[in-house]
Amino acid sequence: MLIRLNGQPHEAPDGATLADLLRRLDLAGKPAAAEVNRTLVPKAEHASRRLTEGDEVELVTLVGGG
Amino acid sequence: MTNHPTTHRATDRATDLGCSEPRSVPPPPTSHPEPGLHPLTIAGRSVRSRLFVGTGKYPDFPTMQAALDASGCDVVTVAVRRERLYNDRGQSLLDFIDLDRYLILPNTAGCFSAADAVRVARLGRELLEQLNNPGAGWVKLEVLGDRKTLLPDPVGTLEATRELVADGFNVLCYTSDDPISAERIKSAGAASVMPAGSPIGSGQGVLNPSNIVLCLELLKQGDPDYPVIVDAGVGAASDTAIAMELGADGVLLNTAIAHARDPVTMAHAMRKATEAGRQSYLAGRIPKKRYATASSPLEGAISYIPGE
Repeated sequence: MLIRLNGQPHEAPDGATLADLLRRLDLAGKPAAAEVNRTLVPKAEHASRRLTEGDEVELVTLVGGG
Repeated sequence: MTNHPTTHRATDRATDLGCSEPRSVPPPPTSHPEPGLHPLTIAGRSVRSRLFVGTGKYPDFPTMQAALDASGCDVVTVAVRRERLYNDRGQSLLDFIDLDRYLILPNTAGCFSAADAVRVARLGRELLEQLNNPGAGWVKLEVLGDRKTLLPDPVGTLEATRELVADGFNVLCYTSDDPISAERIKSAGAASVMPAGSPIGSGQGVLNPSNIVLCLELLKQGDPDYPVIVDAGVGAASDTAIAMELGADGVLLNTAIAHARDPVTMAHAMRKATEAGRQSYLAGRIPKKRYATASSPLEGAISYIPGE
């Protein structure tokens, strides 16, 4: 299925969860916050949150800033 | 003829002055080695340092780490950004920040609407909860109105403050130096109002000290401990000292350290300027006068004094 990940088209396996996506991106266990369709999904729900075609996913972290 | 010797040895001279025995000078009356440097309390949390330092724009992470250490700060600001999934990820900021030492204050920099600022604040809280840092639930709120000046959008700022306060956030809110905006933001429940000295990263210092003083007066009326932090515009240590001398409770800055030729030395200077400015404020400046007032008495002067 095609989703949008951080503003780019991204091919994810059908039925993948948010936790699956993070694992495939080598982000499991690293500090990363996720939104699906502009709504925050807390880490505790990553494993149960199944993605569907066309979902807009944002994965963010902390960077230097003022 | 004279019976004075033509040369004095130091010991003879001391004897002449009656200083041959060690004189007993009473110690100066001091109560504390560094008076006035009390912690600042924001949203029930006490911080030792009144300097808040950003983590952006340093030449490299080790320099940032050394500068944060030299600044003595307890709170550091960070930004929330997309994971770099499609290019080289390189080093991570978090590998260079001691999470047990600093409260991490995530900002909403780059947000031009209240809705986006609220989203970013929630993502920041989520990240700091994952990191188990006390900054979870804190936000440095910025809702910008213009890309060129990075001046705040006062309406969006107020909307986002209300929404984030309702969501349980401790909102430390970047705003202009407009006293009425500052008052509205406080009324909306912000934990601290942070008027800008001048535009972000401009290095112009405190452009309108009178407005900062009015902000302080309004915000602290009947609430003297309400924390007011001058955020943005500092270019050099003297700007920090001026902001603190005006009565600000703290100063938040980034570029003035990060882009200094020597960031670590500037961080030392900023620490001292924050402390010096605070002490100077507490000690109370003298009034400005048009004419001079001699510090040495004129009475007893052996010289000719015009007009006497």
